[in-house]
This record gives sequence, structure tokens and C-alpha cells, in this order.
Amino acid sequence: MIRQSWWKILCVVLLVYTFIAGFLGAVPAKPILNETIRNLYFHVAMWFSMMILFIISLVYSIKYLRTNNHVFDIYALEYAKGGIVFGTLGLLTGSIWARWTWGAFWSSDPKQLGAVIALLIYFAYLVLRNSMTDMDKRARIGAVYNIFAFAMLFPTIWIIPRMVESLHPGGMGNPALDTHDIDSRMRAVFWPGAVPGWTLLAVWITTLRIRLSLLAESERGGSRTAR
Amino acid sequence: MAPNFTSIGSFRHILTLFRKDLLLEVRQQYTFYGVLLYVASTIFVLYLSMGEPEGTVWKGLFWMMQLFICVNAVAKSFLQEGKGRLLYFYTIAGPRDFILSKLMFNALLMLLMSLVSMGLFVLMLGDPMPNPFAFVLISCLGGVSLSLVFTFLAAIAARAQQSAALMAILGFPLVIPQLLLLSKISNIAFEEVIQGGLAGMILLLSGLDVMIIALALILFPFLWKD
Repeated sequence: MIRQSWWKILCVVLLVYTFIAGFLGAVPAKPILNETIRNLYFHVAMWFSMMILFIISLVYSIKYLRTNNHVFDIYALEYAKGGIVFGTLGLLTGSIWARWTWGAFWSSDPKQLGAVIALLIYFAYLVLRNSMTDMDKRARIGAVYNIFAFAMLFPTIWIIPRMVESLHPGGMGNPALDTHDIDSRMRAVFWPGAVPGWTLLAVWITTLRIRLSLLAESERGGSRTAR
Repeated sequence: MAPNFTSIGSFRHILTLFRKDLLLEVRQQYTFYGVLLYVASTIFVLYLSMGEPEGTVWKGLFWMMQLFICVNAVAKSFLQEGKGRLLYFYTIAGPRDFILSKLMFNALLMLLMSLVSMGLFVLMLGDPMPNPFAFVLISCLGGVSLSLVFTFLAAIAARAQQSAALMAILGFPLVIPQLLLLSKISNIAFEEVIQGGLAGMILLLSGLDVMIIALALILFPFLWKD
């Protein structure tokens, strides 16, 4: 499945569609938002990709603990790294959006803070892994922390920001992706184009890195020492 | 692998391990007085530098103090056990019994430390709360919640053979949601007006605690293996 090319072609097609329809397509005229509403195709879709990648990483960590197959550990690590990259991109696109709608790149909004906490947790995952040299131990303890951290992440980014006042859509009776905010023209770009397009790109990047890791692994002839 | 932890034998294991930690503490009196001195001197420095602060600052300082007390008090629980002694526990008890006894002991320790530090805070930094009794309960809940997270992280850090520094790196991002919730809940002690959504937040915090215990029970057997 990884080596097949159809989904990579699909990824490029979807992203080209997202860019063309996203920049040229019609959008509802909203006060304050104006044309920045087009950022939905980038900012929100990147968060979707991040979350999907972290979930895949979690699944591989669980698989590693069940089977002790070292390959699954490499998968979990690389998907977590891919998630971090897309989370950072989501944060950057979000703060550019915030500059033109809320007035500042950073306003310590609960959603922004939640996003930073999520990234910090995954940075801690990388630090933890690097603190150990034994490969089996690193894989096992890393997997345990990955599962624990993911479970603690839920309240951070899905529940708490919804309970407090926020400028960001998605809380206090103002759900994001609501019928009031976007119309069917935008939905036709967002759901079939942007979300799968960015997610496929993230998976593509990650699978390339996984192949590189596996190659480096086999070059070393399955040596049990530290990378 | 692990024996069924509802059985009588396993319950006795937990109790014995718990009593061993307690006895060790009572005889050595190291953690309690060590942390007590740590708390007292830190609060004294705070008092020297800011006198009696207003409510929001008081509350912020209190939860920050709790965080550092917790790292210091809980870090010892796994780091003190040498490799040989851990191996001994592994042979006589199951992993779930072991982690449960540690969770219980650290929860008790933090409960005590929360009350002590709350007393010292009121003594030195003044009492800005109109409703101090509510805050006693909240600080107990907070102390126990923090101790649960850090006990599990101490187990991870100990397996990685690292100092308490790694525990702080792993733990600080993870406890931010809890601290945020605690700080919002503790508003009831500082304001006359009862705010809405309070029951939901307390429920969420307790739910988080239950989830942490469940995760610890599920995941600790994997840390345990060598």
C-alpha cells in the first residue's frame, strides 16, 4: 500500500484542487473574516492531519506493546514527528489568521495555549526517547509514554478550551464548521479536498521517513546498539 | 503475569507494600521533613519578596508550589528503590499491586503536604479567601490528582534511569490541564459568587484521576518488564 503511487497522485490532485478552488472559489462575505475565511482550507485542515497522525502513532505504540515488533516503534515515532510538523504549521497558519481577525499574532487564547501544550507533550516524548540508549527499552518506555500522553491530551485540546471563554470558534455555543460560518461551496472544498489532501501529504512525508529509518536500520545489520 | 487484583491475596500484597512504604517513611522521616523544610523555606522566600499578595497571585503561587512539592515528594518513591530491591518486589508481588501501593502512598503523602503547605501559606502569606474551608477540600483534591500523574511519571523516569529532571520535563506539559482546572475550581474559595459549570469541572477532574489510575494499571506491567 505504501509503495503504491495512486494515493500520491490523488494527494497532489486534491491539493491542487484545494489551492485553486481555495484561492479562486467563491466564499461567503463575513464581517471581520472577509477573505481570510479561505484559511479554513489550510489552518483547520492541518490540525485535522495532526490529530490523525497522532492517532496513527498511538495505534502503532499499542501495536508495539502487543507484539514487541521493532518496526512498529519506528512507525509510531515517525508518525509522532509528522504530527509535530503539521501541528507547528497549524499553529503558524492560525496565528497569521489571528493577526488579521483578532488583531495580534498571539493573544494567549485558550485554544492557542492548548495547541502549544500538545506540542510540548510530544516534544517531551522525543526527549524521553533520546534519554535512553537501549533500543528495546527506548521503544517500550516511549510507547508507554505515548499512550499516556495521548490520553492526557484529550482534555487539553478537546474539552477544556470548550469550557472557557475563547475568541476561537468551537466553544461557548459557537461551534466551528457551523452552517452559519461556512456554506456548501466552502464545504465542497474543505471536506473532499483540503482535509484528505493535507492528511495524505502528511502520511506521504511520514512514510518516506519511515522507509529511510528502516533502510538505515538494515544497513546497520540489525545491530542492537543505539542509533 | 499479574494476578487478578481483586483477589484477597493481591489485596494483602498491596496493603503490605503500602505499609512498608509508610513504615520506611515513619522510621527515616526523610521525605516528610525534607519536603517540609523545602516548603517552609520557599514560602518564607515568597513572603520576604512579596509580603501578603492579593487573591489571584496567592492562588497562582499556591498551585505552582503544589506542583514543585509534588515533583520533589513523589520523585523519591521510585528513585529511592535500588535495582536489586525493585527486582525483589517484582518477584514477590505483581506489577499492579506494586503500582497501586505506590499510588496510594503518594496520594496520602501529597494529601498531608497539601494541608501543611496550605497552613503555611495562610500563616505567612495571609488569608485572602472568603471561603477557606472550600479551599481545603480543593487543595486535597488537587494534591491527590497531581500525585497520581507524577507517580506514574516517576515510574517512567525511574525506568529510563534518569533523575527528577526528566520527570519535570515529562510532567509539566501533562499537568497543565489539571492545574488549569484546579485554578478555575479554586475560584469558589476566592469569590463570593458561585460560578456556573463548577460541578462539571470537579467531575472532569475526578474523571481524569480515574483515567490516570486505569492507565497506570494497564501500562505499568509493560514498564515493569526488563
